[in-house]
This record gives sequence, C-alpha cells and structure tokens, in this order.
Amino acid sequence: MTDQQAPGFSTIAIHAGAQPDPATGARVTPIYQTSSFVFDDVDHAASLFGLQAFGNIYTRMTNPTQAVLEERVAALEGGTAALAVASGHAAEFLVFHALMQPGDEFVASTKLYGGSINQFNHSYKNFGWTPKWADPDDLASFEAAIGPKTKAIFIESIANPGGVIVDIAAIAKIAKRARVPLIVDNTLATPYLIKPFEHGADIIVHSATKFLGGHGNSLGGVIVDGGSFDWLADKRYPMLSAPRPEYNGMVLAETFGNFAFAIACRVLGLRDLGPAISPFNAFMILTGIETLPLRMQRHSDNAQKVAEHLANHPGVKWVSYPGLKGDRYHNLAQQYCPKGAGAVFTFGLKGGYDAGLALVKNLRLFSHLANVGDTRSLVIHPASTTHRQLSDEQKTIAGAGPDVVRLSVGLEDVADLIADLDQALASA
Amino acid sequence: MNHESYPDELIRSVLKNSKTIAMVGVSANDARPSYFAFKYLLGRGFRMIGVNPGLAGQTLLGAPVYASLAEIPEPVDMVDIFRNSEAAAGIVDAALEMKPLPKVIWMQLSVRNDAAAAKAEAAGLTVIMDRCPKIEYGRLSGEIGWTGVNSRILSSKKPALLRGFQKFTIDRR
Repeated sequence: MTDQQAPGFSTIAIHAGAQPDPATGARVTPIYQTSSFVFDDVDHAASLFGLQAFGNIYTRMTNPTQAVLEERVAALEGGTAALAVASGHAAEFLVFHALMQPGDEFVASTKLYGGSINQFNHSYKNFGWTPKWADPDDLASFEAAIGPKTKAIFIESIANPGGVIVDIAAIAKIAKRARVPLIVDNTLATPYLIKPFEHGADIIVHSATKFLGGHGNSLGGVIVDGGSFDWLADKRYPMLSAPRPEYNGMVLAETFGNFAFAIACRVLGLRDLGPAISPFNAFMILTGIETLPLRMQRHSDNAQKVAEHLANHPGVKWVSYPGLKGDRYHNLAQQYCPKGAGAVFTFGLKGGYDAGLALVKNLRLFSHLANVGDTRSLVIHPASTTHRQLSDEQKTIAGAGPDVVRLSVGLEDVADLIADLDQALASA
Repeated sequence: MNHESYPDELIRSVLKNSKTIAMVGVSANDARPSYFAFKYLLGRGFRMIGVNPGLAGQTLLGAPVYASLAEIPEPVDMVDIFRNSEAAAGIVDAALEMKPLPKVIWMQLSVRNDAAAAKAEAAGLTVIMDRCPKIEYGRLSGEIGWTGVNSRILSSKKPALLRGFQKFTIDRR
C-alpha cells in the first residue's frame, strides 16, 4: 500500500533515508562511529528499551548510518523495512533464526552460492534446522520437498556461480500454497535488475559486499521485509506471533504490523546474536549504492559483450550466460531481467582442468580471487580453489567441473577485458 | 473518499491540526500497542485522553481516562479507535453524538469499517483507517527511519528537532 506515487529508481538510490544531518546539516550521511547514544532522561531510556519509542541505544541494534543504508535498500527493493548486518551470511542466519525452531525444515534451491550451501548443510545442524534440497529447473521438486515441518523456501534470483535465472513467480505460488514465506537472495541481480517482491517474494537477503557496495571494500548484509506475509494467520512463527518473554509479552506481528519481520530480526536476532555492521562499512556501502543503477547497467552490458566474444572463441567449449540467445535461461532472463542478465557467469574450456589453471595464471587485468561484484573484473577456477575438496562428480553437480571458469565482469573498458581474455586463452 | 491510500499531506495536516486525541481501547499494559501509541503521542505534545471502562477514573501516564466518549468533559479533535473493525461502528456512532463534534475519526492498523467511515464523512468528519498515528507521526518526522523502516519520503530538508535527544517533530518552525 503506497501513499505517494513512487519516485524513480535512480532518485531512490541517491535520496532514500538520507535527509541532511539534523544536528549539523551535513548533507552526506555522517559515519556515526559510536557504540552508544545518550538518553534524554530515564523515561526515554525505558521507552527505548521497551521498543516504545523510535531511537538509538547501542550500535549492536541500531545506528544512524546503518539506518540510512537500511531505509535505502528497503526503498530500492520496494519493501517495508530492512536490517543491515555484518555480512550476507549473517543476514541469512538472522532470517532463519526468526523463522525456525529446532526440528523445523526449509526447502532450499540446489543452485546457490557454495557458502550458503555450507551454512545450511553444516552450521544449521547445531540448531536442528534441516534443509531439503530442490532443483529450480524442476518445480515439482519444490512441491515434493515440502512437508509439515517446512517453514520457508530459499532461492537465489540469479544463481551463483552464475548463468542461472530462477522462476521466482512460479516458486512464490508454491510457497503461498504451502503458507510459508519465500526468501530470495537477490545479491547477484540487485533490485536494479530484478525486484523479487514484484514476483511474490516475502523476504529478500543481500550480500551487500557485492554489487550494492560494488567496490570490493566493505562487508555487509541486508535483510528486507516485504511486508506481505501474514504471521498471525497460522501462528507457526512464534518469534512473531507469540508473546515474547524478551519484551514483557509483546507480540511483534501485532505491534509492528507489516514491518514486524525486520523488527524481529533486529530485536530478537541481531540484539542477542550480535553480527552488527560497522558504521564505516554501512557508509561505504551507502556511497556505492548511489551509483548502483549506472554500475549494474555497465556490469551487465560488459558481461554481455564478454560472453558473446567467448561464445565465438575457438578455445571455449561452452558459455553459460542467460543474456545469450539460445541459452537455456534466455527466456527467463527476458522475463525477469530485460535490462541485463548480471555480471557473473561461467564458461568451459576445451583444454579442461589444465587450461583453466593456465587461463587464470595468464590473465593480467582479471584478478584471481574469491569475490564477485567489484568494479574490477574477477576470475576464479572453482575446481582448483573453492570446490577442490569435492569429488569430480560432486564438482560437476555443483557447476564447478574441471573445465569451469567463473567471471565477475567489472567496469573496465570492455575492449581491454576481451583483449586480456584473448591473450590468456592464446597461451592457455 | 479513497481509503486505499492517503496522501502524506492529508495525514500531516490531520496530525498537525489535532491537539486533543481520545484513544478508545487504550491499555495500561506496557507491552500493548495502544499503550505505546498513547505514550508516544503524549511525548509529542498531544493532549491525550484515554477511553477504557476498566480504567475509568484513573490516570494513565498522568492523562485522564473515561469509561466512554460521552463522559469526556472537553472538546476532542480526534477519536482514535484501538478496537476491532466491528466495534468501530458503535464507537463512531458515539463519536457523532459528541458536542462539539470531533474533526477526525482514526482507526488503527488492521481496523477498517467502511460503513462507519461513510457515516462519519457524511457528518463532515475526516476518516483515516488501517493506520497508526504513532507510525505515521514517526514516518513524517523522519524518526521511523532510525529503525530501518521505509518512510517512502525523500527530502533534502533537515529534519526538525524537538527539545532533547532523538526526537523529531512534524511542526517545522
């Protein structure tokens, strides 16, 4: 429900949440590098601790720099509220902490960032949370994975290691029938390319370290509340629908309405588990977001040209980029991200494992490292790095077979990127 | 009048022009939303009057509480309804018996009664439904952004500070 006609994406990217500083008039959001905030009087302190007033107590819960980042991302995604945390992993953890009880299950896409697969398979065991895996290319596998203990569905919009577009609306319908929230990791798309709430998502998570921040200099994560899920309907989510002993019996869904999920992640998750974002990192990511629409368009345009070049290169066996005509995800890309298919994708070399290693070694502009979404172009050979402990069969299922190379195409002149790939392939 | 969405300027003028608010269904339990909203609006300078038969004759945070709207001995600008949608009909009827008439009927988040709203509007009152005055005040003043909430307001103007720390006002001086 909106009360005003929404301004455009680029305007929101610069302005949302950021009025001039009330004390000094500083126009750029200041870095409030402070642990704590003075109370007006004892009653003000009590009101803040009881969640009865808006305001800051301690930077593990709220901070004014962090708050601008939160409102900015909430506005860009079209959500009701957001919570910024230390990393994308922290964002995922706090989302599940707010939804899951010991013994609960959730359905997760097999096509995810490897770090998320690790978190779900291994770390969550200690909490008694069990992932049930489903293949986004086979929607029936999502239906089949849902059981009475299922509390959520988790997918990526554009899936790592790239080249996969997930049919968000189709999976949102499955989530609605199962009466569970759909969580979408929108890191690789950003709201510039895909807005998951418009396709039926209920919660969005980001690694803001990637394209939101965009410069490879600061870690951060963001949770966005779509305000669409009715937590009180089935009362299956006691963090939101039951009286909370942490707050004298307050029911968060009743008190905070359509932004209660973001509040629950903050006051039950972040407050007690502690993965707060540093105000400095929040500032760096905010500065990055101001140019998000310009950068994402250039990232995608560059990636499209690089993918087209590689697809015609004699040393290249295959390219998995949905922007290419004939790619298996090309139609979904046209539907979900007509402006561009993102900047992260994989391709395979005819020379296999050794050629992959040689390519990485020979590149001069592309940096060999384990990140994506930087201004700089990045490359990694998963089989020899992030996935080296897996068997060959496991590597192939994970999209990290011996011949696979992953690129995150940056903002350099695309002719220079193509020249770099050509010289490295020539000697690979 | 359209009750699917309200222009910010309407909400702002309703909140700026209402000095006295009678909150029907106020609670003395400090974990209840009605207590929060009552306390917050009191702190923003509104004259608050509680309506709750169970608390009649007592004071809440120093403000008077009456059993019904009819017992309030002073003019009221806004009647804020913290009851369910069905109960709102009877409360609107009672509000329309008040002399002088209140200017505004406000129904809380999730409370909506279109027939009661039409009756109040026919009597010349402004009606806001399915909104919280605390959230709307915090949204329009800029405070709500401190909690990461999307205020949907973009502004290059400095927020207006109230006396003390961490308090904004919608009354720009």
